[in-house]
Amino acid sequence: MNNNNHSEPSSPAPANASDVADSSDAANTKREVTFFDQPRNVALILKTFYALCIILVLLDFFVHRHIYVYFETIPAFYALYGFVACVVLVVLAKIMRKGLMRDEHYYDARIDEQDTPTLNDSPQATATKEAQS
Amino acid sequence: MSYAIPAFLPFFLAAMFAWVAPIKWRYALVLVPLINGLWLFFSPSPSPMMLDVHVFQLQLVAVDQLSLLFAYLFHIACFICLIYGLHSKDKVQLVAGLAYAGSAVGAVFAGDFITLFIFWELLALTSAFLVFARRTEAARNAGIRYLMMHILSGVALLIAAIMHYRATGSLDITYIGLDSAASYLFLFAFGIKAAFPFLHGWLADAYPEATPVGTVFLSAFTTKVAIYMLARTFPGEEVLVYIGAAMTCFPIFYAVIENDLRKVLAYSLINQLGFMVCGIGIGTALALNGAVAHAFNDVIFKGLLFMSMGAVLHRVGHVNGSDLGGLVKTMPKTALFCIVGAASISAFPLFSGFVSKSMVMAAMIEAGHEYLWLMLLFASAGVFHHAGIKIPFFAFFAHDSGLRPKEAPTNMLVAMGLASVLCILIGSFPEVLYQMLPWENTYMPYDLTHTLTQLQLLFFSALAFVWLNKMGLYPPELKSVNLDVEYLYRKVLPAMGNKCQAAGDVITQNILHAATSVLNLIPKMNRDADASAATLTLRMAIGFVLLALVALVTELM
Repeated sequence: MNNNNHSEPSSPAPANASDVADSSDAANTKREVTFFDQPRNVALILKTFYALCIILVLLDFFVHRHIYVYFETIPAFYALYGFVACVVLVVLAKIMRKGLMRDEHYYDARIDEQDTPTLNDSPQATATKEAQS
Repeated sequence: MSYAIPAFLPFFLAAMFAWVAPIKWRYALVLVPLINGLWLFFSPSPSPMMLDVHVFQLQLVAVDQLSLLFAYLFHIACFICLIYGLHSKDKVQLVAGLAYAGSAVGAVFAGDFITLFIFWELLALTSAFLVFARRTEAARNAGIRYLMMHILSGVALLIAAIMHYRATGSLDITYIGLDSAASYLFLFAFGIKAAFPFLHGWLADAYPEATPVGTVFLSAFTTKVAIYMLARTFPGEEVLVYIGAAMTCFPIFYAVIENDLRKVLAYSLINQLGFMVCGIGIGTALALNGAVAHAFNDVIFKGLLFMSMGAVLHRVGHVNGSDLGGLVKTMPKTALFCIVGAASISAFPLFSGFVSKSMVMAAMIEAGHEYLWLMLLFASAGVFHHAGIKIPFFAFFAHDSGLRPKEAPTNMLVAMGLASVLCILIGSFPEVLYQMLPWENTYMPYDLTHTLTQLQLLFFSALAFVWLNKMGLYPPELKSVNLDVEYLYRKVLPAMGNKCQAAGDVITQNILHAATSVLNLIPKMNRDADASAATLTLRMAIGFVLLALVALVTELM
């Protein structure tokens, strides 16, 4: 039932530019290797993202920010704070997990809910789902 | 044409109509909030309406700019929700949804606490059916728990209203301020609905259990009515600043480790409510405007996020982050709308969160709460982390789960599209919203400092996400539940109750045992024929002697 496509492009996909463009905006065609499947594209997105981050920090030194609170005098205060805040958030949350995490069925047995997802909207599955709703 | 009916009436009539009419009429009912809302918007401000009940005069409709703004908001929300639910032929959801929206409209127009109490309870009752409508065991139980909390809130409100009336002789909804027992009870009643810390269990418990459509309805009304009431009765109450700051921070930790993506959104809803409560607590015109504007935007962008996850739930059957991923391949439009919602909630420039959240932040600095401001900034970064990145990333991107669901039904896409347009419209042209705000407003969201600092904050939060993922430090999505305050009433209280009952049983057993042994001590007559009559006579004789002794003793004392 699973038209599993972990057929990640292990070999470099022979995708020319037009191919990529096609698959990105028509993702639910039959084409299996879409825009986000290609490591090349992901790398490109990440590189753009890093470049933007650097530009934003550099701007901090050229643009005169209004200062309302004395913390803000720290160079690139917002960038540092955003980064540190998120790392702290995640680390604390991970520690929280040790004390608070329980099994999925801790409160409710949830026997009347489908547990394993039906992997595809086969015509029959869709029909029954439509009928139910 | 002047608006001369109570604004909630069309909703209740529509709900009654939906109850009896064939379900295919649901398409027509979408027009009810649309027409009513437009009529309300374009007519001169509706006249107040009174209702004489015995010696009381109930102010059924009391209108000012604040109540009007919330009424417009609830009309928009109801309209979008109804479109979102058009694919469903479930009458329960339709009737409950309409009545729920009507109750919310009634509550914001209520001029006195008795009228408010009626709509307050109606809100609880009607919304519970949106949870029940999921028709699973877990949803039924969650719905009952939800109802209990909200009835508690209603009862507290009623008692507070009575106390308030006895103290002041007035039931008008005006500024209360924390000074008497009644006012604390009011705060408790509103606090339950506004999901204050430790009273928030119902929200994270019931919202993820409701139907896909139900959760969108739920996220729009209940909590915003509470925010509206707080803005009316407790503006400038210092303690709210601290409560609000706590509300912005603690839920984001849960949101990071939660697996059910709708529960993540429920936590982030509490976080957004925190910003509003902070604004109300500061109480300056800027802060109150910020709180109200943020409530307005939150209904739309949080609704949009719940809609996108509802679409996933509708197509896939669950929204567990651990089993999703790669859905962008077959649900690109839903993914796009989800990203718009995510950008709005994270307050990206040009999206709606940016123009309202910043008002609260700016007011926080003006009021001199620098460390609380740092907490809000932490929460802003955290919001982007869990609602802005985690939701779209784990659902639509991340590793390929192999799921290939169909794109969401057209009506859902239309509803999400409408909400997306509103998010971008308000974010790009904030005057649309600002001119409706009840207090004097001169705030300009778009200046270089604000835009740059916000972009820095968001980009580096995202950078942290990327870095943590690359380092493998990011907590994986695990099938799990996390203990929250609901643990108290789902595990501890029942366990204590069971123990009390067991202890009670033991005591009852012992008493019974002792009683029977005492009874057995009483002598019996062992004759064959009329034994019972003889025994009875003997016991009566003993009883008589005892009574005589008691009489003698009391006489002597």
